[in-house]
Amino acid sequence: MKARRITALVTGVVLVMTGAGCGGGGDKASPKTLTYWASNQGRSIQQDQQVLGPELKKFEQRTGIKVKLEVIGWPDLLNRILAATSSGKGPDVLNIGNTWSASLQATGAFQSFDDATIAKVGGRGRFIPSTLTSTGAAGKPPGFVPIYGLAYGLFYNKKLFADAGIKQPPRTWQELVADAKRLTDPAKKRYGVGVLGASYTEGAHFAFMFGAQQGARLFQGNQPGFDSPQMVAGVKQYLDLLGTDKVIDPADAEYVNDDQILKDFAAGKFGMMMIQSYATAGVRENGMKDDEYGVTQIPLPDPLPAGGRKVASHVAGINIGVFKNSGNKDGALKLVEFLTGPEEQKILNAAWGSLPVVPQAYDDPRFQTPAIATFRKVLAEASETLPMIPQEAQFETLVGNTVKELIADAAAGRPVDDATIRSRLAAANKKMQAGG
Amino acid sequence: MARTVTAPGSAPARAPGRPSPRRPRLAKALPYLLLAPALVAELAVHIIPMLVGAWMSLLHLTQFFIRNWTQAPYGGLTNYRVAVNAHGPVGEDLLHSFLVTVAITAVVVGCSWLFGMTAAVLLERPFPGRAALRTLFLVPYALPVFTAVITWRFMFQRDTGMVNALLSDQLRLAHGHPFWLLGDRSFAAVTAIAIWRMWPFAFLTITAGLQSIPSDLYEAAALDGAGSLRLLGRVTLPLLRPVNRVLLLVLFLWTFNDFNVAYILFDQPPAAADMISIHIYNASFITWNFGLGAAMSVLLLAFLMVVTLGYLGIGRLRSRHA
Repeated sequence: MKARRITALVTGVVLVMTGAGCGGGGDKASPKTLTYWASNQGRSIQQDQQVLGPELKKFEQRTGIKVKLEVIGWPDLLNRILAATSSGKGPDVLNIGNTWSASLQATGAFQSFDDATIAKVGGRGRFIPSTLTSTGAAGKPPGFVPIYGLAYGLFYNKKLFADAGIKQPPRTWQELVADAKRLTDPAKKRYGVGVLGASYTEGAHFAFMFGAQQGARLFQGNQPGFDSPQMVAGVKQYLDLLGTDKVIDPADAEYVNDDQILKDFAAGKFGMMMIQSYATAGVRENGMKDDEYGVTQIPLPDPLPAGGRKVASHVAGINIGVFKNSGNKDGALKLVEFLTGPEEQKILNAAWGSLPVVPQAYDDPRFQTPAIATFRKVLAEASETLPMIPQEAQFETLVGNTVKELIADAAAGRPVDDATIRSRLAAANKKMQAGG
Repeated sequence: MARTVTAPGSAPARAPGRPSPRRPRLAKALPYLLLAPALVAELAVHIIPMLVGAWMSLLHLTQFFIRNWTQAPYGGLTNYRVAVNAHGPVGEDLLHSFLVTVAITAVVVGCSWLFGMTAAVLLERPFPGRAALRTLFLVPYALPVFTAVITWRFMFQRDTGMVNALLSDQLRLAHGHPFWLLGDRSFAAVTAIAIWRMWPFAFLTITAGLQSIPSDLYEAAALDGAGSLRLLGRVTLPLLRPVNRVLLLVLFLWTFNDFNVAYILFDQPPAAADMISIHIYNASFITWNFGLGAAMSVLLLAFLMVVTLGYLGIGRLRSRHA
């Protein structure tokens, strides 16, 4: 009798507490504050705060809504978003890497931008159409809307090129390798190319880009094909810069933050880097003038291998979205509307060195530079959207980390040949299948 | 860890038919009422999260369900099968990470205890500057882990780090600049930092233990002609046994479960420094399969419980025979 009463008491307590645990989702429904998770776009998290701070104050003056800003670095961003998704305790508004759109959309944790919702942030017509291709799975309303556009380009140091007697930037991958060899002089601590070797996102992007040039498809339907011969060839094309051609400083294998590579580029420690358009701002911050370097499309192998595609960048960029659990969805959408408006697009993209996602912003002379023209041309003529399927984010972490490990191996002087690359990519493939 | 609870009512069973002595209801309920807050806290802090984790490990908890994971399909023991299958890529990595963690823990616990013991014994007798040295030794333990490990990370960098500058350029012990944060040497890096962080705790605990050894024992032993090594072996170590028993267990659990050092140092540790707690974290986030991550956590918990109970059990047997 007594025992039964105690059991009942314990069960009651358990039920009450689990109920509270599950039902607690969503932030306090306050109409006057919003939490915004911004991705790290500037040189450092502090700089992001300095740039966004005044703009969010402007928003507060106009709408009376106070925005609590948190800037999150790229190595942590996806994990933080996933944790917020599973706990239901997250920000109201957040930035994501646009390649994750379909993956995060599949969680159902984000307000989808159906016709009624997108109308509240200025309508579909506000955005440049190509930027809307990486906002979610095909056939569904976008899960996110674009906020910053990005593309890869090849940055080269004009003075180092002239000193080495190189007349013009490379037009083919073979020329790039040859130029890089001429620039490399380990005795003087100078190298042809610089990379962020420990960044898994960079590794994933390059695997996709060079794989596509070799004719690889990441997925057949939902099945991963990370270890296809074409992917192996693509990853090898990238790793050979370090392992075989030795035109990358092995120390780059430790680099994970943009600032490290930007500083080295501005200081003339290497001649070329393949990096996204935001680097224009960072190079300037590091004291290199705009006319001291050039930007061109990352050159393709010539001739392209059979089935190879002309991909010198993925359709890169940052999207912005609204957490479904937000207690202040209207306010959240107002913030999205504000940040994607032409006025803020000019201010923010100029600060980050990214590309506006609304056409009116390009009236501004700051977006009429040769570098910006190159990036727009790359996006228009030589780019491909990463597969917009739920498994995309897993591709980035699995293959990106594999490339990162292979770079570490190559930097330590271990041989990285076709067989090594294939077996590592096959392991990533199996993990993808086991995990899904 | 092992707790035996003796319920107040478990006295010898009364013979049937005999009326039980009547007591006021409140007095009967009072012990339970007094226990209730502790029970509720224990449930909320330990038991429920563990049960939730165990339940999660039976689900196919992928990205499609993380928002509302009560909807996730039941998968039975599939996650456990994947985790322990040493021929599959997931199980193979988990086993490797487990072995690496065991190796790191063995080195860290051994060295921390040795350093702590040596320092505590050497600093037992008063001498000028003893207090200052004791304080200095405790600094690594008092520093916030983030600051400390980030500093270590700078020191271990290949081209700009102090470690290479000292070993290769100054002392010429190594040729060229090796990587410490990538590849096989990462094992040495993470182990060195863990020892640096852990040994002050051993020092502190053993110092406290030494205070409780009566000094007349030493005097008596010295009168009998024991040298300082004999004193250590015959007086100090046996009397410290209870302290050491707990100390080693705590060092083991802390090191084995440590997440911070490897995470701050590497973010995603190289294979040679793949500590298991961070391995599980990364494994669940990389494929977004949180059910699998939960299964790995349950396996880890089971291992630690077996080790702990076994260790305490052996200790108890030994002290009973002693």
